[in-house]
Amino acid sequence: MAVPWGAVGDLTRRRFAALGDPALVVSAVAAGLLTLLAVIGPWIAPYSPDATDVLSASQGPSAQHLLGTDSLGRDICSRALAGARLSFAGPAMIVLISTVLGTALAIFSAWHGGWVDRMANRFLNVMFSVPGILVAVLSSAVFGAGFWAPVLALGVVYTPYMARVVRSLAIRERHQGYVESLQLATMSSWRIGLRHLTPNVMPIVVAQATYGFGSALADFAAVSFIGLGIQPPEAEWGVMVSDGRSELLNGAIQQTLVAGTLIVITVIAFNVLGAQLSARSGGRR
Amino acid sequence: MTPAPLLNMRDLHVHVRHRGTRRTLVRDVSLNVDTAESVGLVGESGSGKSMSIKAATRLLPSGATAEGHVAFEDRDVLTLGRRDLARYRSRDVGLIHQDPRAHINPTRTIGQFVTEGVVHTGQMTRDEAIQRATGLMAEVGITDAHRRMAQFPHQLSGGLLQRVMIVAALLPSPRLIFADEPTTALDVTVQSDVMAILLDQIRDRQVSLLFVSHDLDLAAAVTDRLAVMYAGTIVETGTSADICERPLHPYTAGLLQSRPSTSEVRRPTAIPGRPLAAYEVDEGCPFAPRCSFATDRCHTERPDHTLIEGRSVACHRVEEIADQLQERAT
Amino acid sequence: MTDPEPRSGLARRVVSTITGAVATILAASFVIFAGLSAAPGDPVAQILGAKATDQARAAMRRRLGLDDPFLERYWHWLTGAVHGDFGVSLTSRQAVTDLVVPRLATTFLLVVMAALLVVVVGIGVGVIGGVSTRGRAVVSTLVGLGIAVPGFVAANALIGVFAVRLGWFPTYGSGDGLIDRIWHLTLPAIALSIGYGAYVSQLTSTAVAEESEKEYVVTAHGRGVPASVVLRHHTLRNAAMPVLTASGLAVAGLVAGTVIVEQIFAVDGVGALLIRSISSKDYPVVTAVSLIIVTVFVVVTTAIDLVQVALDPRERAKS
Repeated sequence: MAVPWGAVGDLTRRRFAALGDPALVVSAVAAGLLTLLAVIGPWIAPYSPDATDVLSASQGPSAQHLLGTDSLGRDICSRALAGARLSFAGPAMIVLISTVLGTALAIFSAWHGGWVDRMANRFLNVMFSVPGILVAVLSSAVFGAGFWAPVLALGVVYTPYMARVVRSLAIRERHQGYVESLQLATMSSWRIGLRHLTPNVMPIVVAQATYGFGSALADFAAVSFIGLGIQPPEAEWGVMVSDGRSELLNGAIQQTLVAGTLIVITVIAFNVLGAQLSARSGGRR
Repeated sequence: MTPAPLLNMRDLHVHVRHRGTRRTLVRDVSLNVDTAESVGLVGESGSGKSMSIKAATRLLPSGATAEGHVAFEDRDVLTLGRRDLARYRSRDVGLIHQDPRAHINPTRTIGQFVTEGVVHTGQMTRDEAIQRATGLMAEVGITDAHRRMAQFPHQLSGGLLQRVMIVAALLPSPRLIFADEPTTALDVTVQSDVMAILLDQIRDRQVSLLFVSHDLDLAAAVTDRLAVMYAGTIVETGTSADICERPLHPYTAGLLQSRPSTSEVRRPTAIPGRPLAAYEVDEGCPFAPRCSFATDRCHTERPDHTLIEGRSVACHRVEEIADQLQERAT
Repeated sequence: MTDPEPRSGLARRVVSTITGAVATILAASFVIFAGLSAAPGDPVAQILGAKATDQARAAMRRRLGLDDPFLERYWHWLTGAVHGDFGVSLTSRQAVTDLVVPRLATTFLLVVMAALLVVVVGIGVGVIGGVSTRGRAVVSTLVGLGIAVPGFVAANALIGVFAVRLGWFPTYGSGDGLIDRIWHLTLPAIALSIGYGAYVSQLTSTAVAEESEKEYVVTAHGRGVPASVVLRHHTLRNAAMPVLTASGLAVAGLVAGTVIVEQIFAVDGVGALLIRSISSKDYPVVTAVSLIIVTVFVVVTTAIDLVQVALDPRERAKS
C-alpha cells in the first residue's frame, strides 16, 4: 500500500526537495519536536499508558483527557506519548541496520569494481523489486511477531536504497586523485575506506537515512497494525490505529484520528527533511 | 518597382521571461528574403540567430515572446490564426534543424516521419506522399529508399538522417526553407555532401533559403546575401562577396581575421572578450566593449543602420574606419 | 551504419527475460520454503494436540515426511506445487488448495478493481496535469497527499467517513454475489489504489510534460500537423513507455498491498488468509500463499519488461 518503495520513493524525494528553504526549517523543527516527544514522552504523560478506566471509555476530548480515551478507558494522549517511543525505536533501528549494511556493501562494491560490483548491482536490483511489507510479514511468520522480526526484515529491505545512493557517490570518490595517491602510498584499503571515503559520503548518508526514517516509520506501524509487529496492549501508533478500528465502527474517532495524524505528520516531516538535506548535500538521484 | 520580398522581418524583438525578469534575446532585427534568393544569417552562439528563425515560424519556446513584424507574402506571421498558421507551416515554409536525431521521433519509422507533415495537413494521400518521398529520397542520394522508409531513426547515420530531414522539408514544395545550422551536428566528412545536396535542391526548385550558421565562410559560399548578427542585432548586411572582401563593421572584420588562413602561415587573431547575448548589453553599441575603434559616442549611443556602398551597417564610424578595416583584413 | 533486422536479438531478449523470471520464482520458492521450515513450532503437535502418544507422533512425522532430508522435502513440495497440491492445512485439515482457490477469486476481483482505478484515474489525471499548466499544480497537490499518507491510515479514514458517517458502503466483509461483492470491495479498492494512483499520476504528468517539450514534437507542430494528431502520435505514444512501466509496477505493488487492505476491511481473500495462517502458525498455507503472491508479482513485472521490449524499437536492438 502507499509504501514509498522503489521509484515512488525517488519521486517523492524529488518533489519534496523542490519545496525550498521554508520547507527545510519547518520539517526540521517538526522532526526535532516529534523526536523530543518520543524521547521524553512517558515522563510528561499525564497518565500511565496502561491505566484502564472502563467507566470513562471511548470519550471525546475533555479537561481530564486532552485527546480522549480509548475503548478501555486509557488516556489517548498518554498512550500516544508512550507509543511514540516504540514507533520511533523501530524505524531508528531499521535505518541503523540498513545504513550500516548498505554503506558497507556499497563501499565494498565500489572499491573492488569489476565483476564484484556488477554482481552486487544485480543483487540490489532484485532486492528493489521485492515489496517490503511482504518480507516483513513473512519475517514475522518465521521469527514470531514482535519488535525484532519486522525490524530486521525492513532493515534488509531498506538496505538497497542506502546502498544505491552511497555506491554512486563512492564510485565517484574512488576515482578521485586523492584516493589513487593514497593507494600508491600503500595505505591499506581499509584505512582508505574508513578515513577518507566515508567522511565524504556522510552527508548524503544522513540525508537518505532521514528520508528512510519516515518511510520506515510508516512501514513499521503498518506491520504492527496488522498484528505482526508490536502487540497490544503495548502502546505504539500502529497498534493504536488498529485498536481504534473497532471504536471507529461505533462512531468514536479519537484514537484513529490521533494516531493516524501523528503517523502522517511524522512521515511527512522526515520525508521532506530528508529530501531537503539530500538536495543540499549534492546527492543526485 | 521591385516586387515585395517573400519574407520580410521588420523590427523583430524577442524576449524571454526568466525568473521574473525580462531578457531580450533579439532586438530590432530587420531582414528580407526575396523569391529564389538565399540569404545567410551569421553569428556566434548567443547572437540570437536561431531565435529569430523560431520567431518567424512561431516555434519559440514557452516563456519567449516575439514582437514586431514578420510578413510572408504580406501576411503577418505573428498574428496568423490557427488555420492560417497551419497552412503557413505546412505549405509555405520548410524547416531543417540542426540535430536530425533530436528532431525525429525515435519510435516511429522514417516513412511516418517524412509523410506526416503532408498527409495530416491534407495535401496528399498517404500513397501519393510515399511515392513522392521515395522519389525525392533517390534524388538526394538515399539508396534503397523503400527499405529506408520502413526503418527507424537509430538505424540511419546522421548524414542520412539529415538528408531525410531535407526530403521532409521539401516534400510539400515550400517557397522558403529555414535551415538552422543544418550541417553543424554532422561529421566533417559528410558536411559538404549534405550541403551540396541541399543547394542543388534549392536551385532546382527555385526555393528561397534563409541559412543560419556560425560559420561565416560556409554561409558566404552558399548564399547570395549575408547578414551578420551580434548580441541580438544585425550589425552588417550586404552581398556575400562584398562582405567577405570588404567588411565594413569591426565585428565582421574581426570574424574574418580570426579565421585560420589557408594561404599563408599566420597566427589567427581572435577578437578579445567573449560574444554577448542581447540582454547582457547596456546602452551604446553592443560591440563597443570589444571594439578597437570604439569612441565615447560608441559606448553611449546605439548606432542606427547607415546605408553605405549599397549595404547597411550599424556603426557610428563606418565611413572613417572603412579603409583601416580593409588594411587589417588583408 | 545499418544493422540487419535484429529478429534474433528480440527472440533472445524475450527468452532471457522469461528464464530470468522463472529463475527468480524458483529462488524465491526455495527461500520461502527454507525460511518457513526453520520457523518455530511443531506441526505434529499442532495436528495431534499435546496428548498424542509418541507412536502416533512418529507415525505422523513419517506421514508428513518430516524426517526426510531437507532437499527431498523441498523437491516434494515443489513438484506438488506445480501440480496444484500444496499439502494439507495444519489448522483446518483441508487441502491447502481448497482454502486458497476461492479466496483467490475475491482477491483477484479486488486487485482488478484497484488496478482499474489506478490506471484509469491515475493516467487520466496525469495526462491532464501534463498537458495543461494550470492543471499541473492541482495534480501536484493531490499527488503529494496521496503519496504521503500511509495506506492503512487512509483506509481507516475512508471507513470513518464513507462507511460509518455517511453509510454509503459496508464497513467490512466481502458480500455474496457479484454486484454485492463489488459494492463491498469498493472502499477497499479505493484505499488500495490511492498511493499507487498518486504515483502513476505523477509519473504520467511528468512524462507527458517532458514529451511535449521534445524537439520532434516541436518539429511536428512546426510542420502544421494538427495538435490532436501530435498528441496522439508523438506525445502520448512516447510517454506511454514510462507510464506503462509505472502502471505495471503499481499493479504489482497492489498485489502486495492486498495483504493489508484485506485485513483492514475483513475481506476474506488471499491476503487475509496469509495473515491468519501466520498467526496460527499454519505453515503449509503460509508457504503456499507466499509462493502464489511472489509468482504473481514476478509475472506482472516480467510482463512489463516484455511489453517494453515489444513497444520500443530501440530496446529490440539491444540484446
